[in-house]
Amino acid sequence: MGEESSVKLHGFWASPYAMRAVLALKVKGVEFEYIEEDLFNKSELLLKYNPVHKKVPVLVHNGKPIAESLVILEYIDQVWTDPPHLLPKDPYLRSKHRFWAAFSIPLSETMMRYVVTEGEEQMNAQNELLEKMDVLEQGMKEIFPNGIPSFQEDKPGYLDIVFYSLFGTHEAAEELFGEKFLTVERYPLLVSWVNALKEVPEVQQVTLPIPKVVKTLQFIRQRHLPPKA
Amino acid sequence: MTEENSVKLHGFWASPFAMRPVFALKVKGIDFEYIEEDLSNKSESLLKYNPVHKKVPVLVHNGKPISESLIILEYIDEIWTDPPHLLPKDPYLRAKHRFWADFFDPTILKTLLAEGEAQKMVLDELLEKMDVAEEGLKEIFPNGVPPFEEQKPGYLDIVFYSLYGTHEAAELIFGKKFLTVERYPLLVSWVNALKQVPEVNEVTPSIPKFVELLHSIIRQRSVPPKA
Repeated sequence: MGEESSVKLHGFWASPYAMRAVLALKVKGVEFEYIEEDLFNKSELLLKYNPVHKKVPVLVHNGKPIAESLVILEYIDQVWTDPPHLLPKDPYLRSKHRFWAAFSIPLSETMMRYVVTEGEEQMNAQNELLEKMDVLEQGMKEIFPNGIPSFQEDKPGYLDIVFYSLFGTHEAAEELFGEKFLTVERYPLLVSWVNALKEVPEVQQVTLPIPKVVKTLQFIRQRHLPPKA
Repeated sequence: MTEENSVKLHGFWASPFAMRPVFALKVKGIDFEYIEEDLSNKSESLLKYNPVHKKVPVLVHNGKPISESLIILEYIDEIWTDPPHLLPKDPYLRAKHRFWADFFDPTILKTLLAEGEAQKMVLDELLEKMDVAEEGLKEIFPNGVPPFEEQKPGYLDIVFYSLYGTHEAAELIFGKKFLTVERYPLLVSWVNALKQVPEVNEVTPSIPKFVELLHSIIRQRSVPPKA
C-alpha cells in the first residue's frame, strides 16, 4: 500500500496457524517483519495485540492487529489486491473454499486428539481422522474437477495454504506413530495436492524439517498424556 | 440481480444458525422461499444440498447450495451488493467483525443443553466469555450501540442477536437472569436496540415454544441408551 506500510507477523515456528499467515504473505510478495514468539513467555506486544485469545498468529498492519489465521488470510487478500489472489473472485466458489476451510477446524481438532491420546482413545481418534479425510478427499473433487494444478503458474491460495499447514508434514506423525495415514490408495487427490504444493518455493521456505516436527509432536504428546505411574 | 433469481432457504424455526440468513435476507429486502425442515426427518433436498453436515441453514441460489451460516452471510453480502451492506467496506473493520462473529460461538447453546453441575460450570464459562465480549465490543461501538433506524443490522448484529436475542428463554432454563445490565451494559443495550428492528419480530422464535423445545432436547439427552 503506502511506502510507509508496516507489516509485522507474530508467529511461532511450530504453529501451523502461524504458517498460514507467513505463507500467504510470501505468496503475495508482501514484505514483512517476522517476530518469533516464545509461547511459554509471550511478549507484551502479543498480549496487547490479541488480549482475547493471546495466541499466534497476529498480523500487525500499520500498528493495527488482526488475529485468527482465517481472518488474517481474508484481510491479506483484501488489502493487497494485486495477483496472485488467495480466494476466487466468484462468490459461489469463494463460499465453497470458505466451507472447506471451515471443515479444517474439526479436522485439526481430531488430528490433535490423535496426537495426544493413546490406546483405544487414539484408535478412535485415528478412525475419525481417516473418515474426515475421506470426506475431504471427496469434497476436493469438486474444488479440483480437473485434478490438482501444478502451482507453477497458479500460486497456492487460501484453501491450499489451510490444508498444507495441516498435512504438509504428515510424514512426522507417520514416523512418530509408525504408520502411514495419508496413503495414495485411499487419498489420491490429497496426496497429489500435498506433493504438488511441496514443489512450490514459498512452501519450501515455510516447511519445517521432518525431524523437528517429530520432536514437536513428541513434546506436545508428553505434555498431554497422563504421567506414567 | 436478474428476474430469474431463485432463492430458497432451508431452515428450522428454533435454530439460531438458520435465523441468521433469514434475518440477513429480510434486512436486504431479498425475496426468498423458506423451507422449514423437520430435523428428525430431513428432506431429500437438504441431504443432497448439504451432504457433509446435513444441517440447516442451507441457502440455495439458482440451484446452487451454500452451507454454514457465516459463509451464507458473506455470500449474501457479495451477491446482493445494494445497501444495506452486512459487512463494513474497510478491510480492518471487516476483520474485526469476523473476529467477533467467530468469538460468539455457541457456548450459550452448550450451556442451555447441559445439566446440573455441568450446567453451572458451562454457565460460568459463558459469563466470563461475555465479560470479554463486553470489554472488546467497546472497540466496535466506540460511541455506544446505534439505534438501528437508519443503519440496518449487519453481520455481527445478526450473529449476536441469533444467540442472545432469546436470552429470556435461556434465563428460564437457567432459572436466573444472566444478561444483566449491571454486568453487561453494552450487550444489554445492543440486544434491546436490535429488538426494536421490525424484521426481528419475523425471525425470533416464540419464547415459550423455544423453552419447550429445549426442555424436550434436554430430556431426550438424559435418557440412558437402551441396554
